[in-house]
This record gives sequence, C-alpha cells and structure tokens, in this order.
Amino acid sequence: MTASRKGRAGLPAPAGPWLTTRFDRMLGWARKFSLFHYPFITACCGMEYMSTACAHFDLDRFGAGLTRFSPRQSDLIIVVGTVTHKLAPVLKMVYEQMTELKWVVAFGACAVSGGIYDNYAVVQGIDTVIPVDLYIPGCPPRPETVLDGLIKLQEKIQGGKQDWRWKTGRS
Amino acid sequence: MEDGTILTELKDRFPGLVLEASAPLGDPTAVIEKNGLVEIARFLRAEPQGFGLLLDLTCVDFRGERPRFELVYHFYSLARRSRLRIKARTGEEEAWVDSLTPLWKNAAWLEREVFDMFGIRFQGHPDLRRILMYDGFDGHPLRKDYPLRRRQPRLPVRE
Repeated sequence: MTASRKGRAGLPAPAGPWLTTRFDRMLGWARKFSLFHYPFITACCGMEYMSTACAHFDLDRFGAGLTRFSPRQSDLIIVVGTVTHKLAPVLKMVYEQMTELKWVVAFGACAVSGGIYDNYAVVQGIDTVIPVDLYIPGCPPRPETVLDGLIKLQEKIQGGKQDWRWKTGRS
Repeated sequence: MEDGTILTELKDRFPGLVLEASAPLGDPTAVIEKNGLVEIARFLRAEPQGFGLLLDLTCVDFRGERPRFELVYHFYSLARRSRLRIKARTGEEEAWVDSLTPLWKNAAWLEREVFDMFGIRFQGHPDLRRILMYDGFDGHPLRKDYPLRRRQPRLPVRE
C-alpha cells in the first residue's frame, strides 16, 4: 500500500510525519537555539547577568544555557559592564579568538555607551572596539529586558541570510 | 590616650616643621613642611607612638594656589587606638616629595597611584611607575588642568 503513495515530485513519500523547509531557515533555527555564550563580565551588571542565567529567569529556556568560559567554544559574547581603555585590547583579543559565526551583545549602559562614566578612563561604547549585534540598555537592565534582548537576537539570527562558508569553500 | 596629645608632642618636638595643628571633627590633623616629612614619619612609626598603619595616602590639587598640591597621609596607631592626619604642600615646579616606602611598605602602591593621577614624584621610591593607567598614557588625569574631554584610546576607534 505504501508503495502506491506518491509525493509531489513523483517520489515515494516518507512513511512517518514529515515537513519541508528551506535549508537556510533550518540552519537559522538550529543556530538561534544553540547559542554558547561567553560572559565578558567586568562590573555590577554581572549580578543581573547571573540573575538572568540562573534558574529563576533561566536563560536555558531560550537555548542559551551553555555558558562557555573559553572564547574558542563560544559563538556569542555578552559584554557585561564597564570596559576601560586599559581593558579594550583584551576584549578585542577575546573577540578575535572566537570562531565564526559570532555575535556580540552589549549588556547595560556602560557597554552600550560608556554610561555615566564619561571620563578619561572608560571606552564610550564597546562598538568603538568590536562590532555589536545587539544593545541591551539599562543601568542595570532587568532580567526581563535581557531575555527580550535575547529573543530579538534570535530573530536577527533567524531572519538574516545564513553564512555557509563550509559550503561555498570560503574559509 | 587622648587625641590631642600626639599633636602637642609633634609641636614640641618639631617646632619649625609643624605649621599648623588642629582637630577638626575630632580628627587630629597636622600641616607640616614637606622637608620634615620623613623625619616626622619616622618618629610616628617608632614606639611608643606606634602609628604602624598607613591607612591612606592621597593628594589634592588646589589649582591656582601656591603651592599647588597637598599630600594627605592618614595614619592609625593600634597602641593608641587613634588616627592622625598629616598634610604637606608641594608646588607645581618642584612636584616631588620623599617616599615613605622604607617605613610603610604599602606606601609603594599608594605613591604609585598618586604619581599616576597627579604626577607627584616620590624620591627614594623603589619602582615609581604608573599603576592604574596604561603605558603610553600622556598626562595625569586627576590634575585639574587635564582636559575633561581628552581621550587616549589604546586601539584605533572603529567607524
């Protein structure tokens, strides 16, 4: 009986439940729910990051539960807190150590713009050092804001054109 | 012991060096000549005075006044259970003062901080380098004439 069923292209349909999608969409879906993040934490916003990451608010519900403390194993860097000019080369080095594809989140007012520290010591926004995908405002941002930001980042990852370097042969 | 006694002791012992002695809000404070700093510090460190703790060492920039800078030392004596504040002025042209590192080891880093932020040189310091700002930073950011908006990024700015 199964042999007589035909799919749309004339091929036999699979026996179980099945769906079709574009490869691009599937890749985006896989990527947005498997974010391994590296927390680059320098200041008080770290408390709010911890609150978001722990069980109460639970970052893991959004597929970003695996915190990696090596940039080589991460594809998302969350820059949490004040970055000084002295620290900026370290941030850049950590960013450069991450393998492609990678995303950057600026967490809190200091990382976004320097915050209240408009002075000789502090970088006025980490986007003057590395490219940033998502800005989460707040001093500090509440966990709800962070989760909202994470969902927006996932939309960005899903919505954008996927990078298939392994397929096109570019390295 | 009472807080007032250390001030009278200092005044009696170093009449030419102690310029002013008072106890605002109950904290004994002596303003001294900077040339007498090491001599007075050695006296305070020794028994029976026993000011064994250098709690803090900082600087104030009174821009426009002469002498321009005022160094502020905070000492604590465990034996007396009392604090003592010593202030000494130094000018802009001769922005140096003797180091207290031989007497209190923690003075080394505190003096490095004052050097970094105010550009005061400490004579006799074993390793007078910047401690907070990075190598290649120009100027001393807590001086009142350091431009408020001056930035010295270490990396080229993106965009």
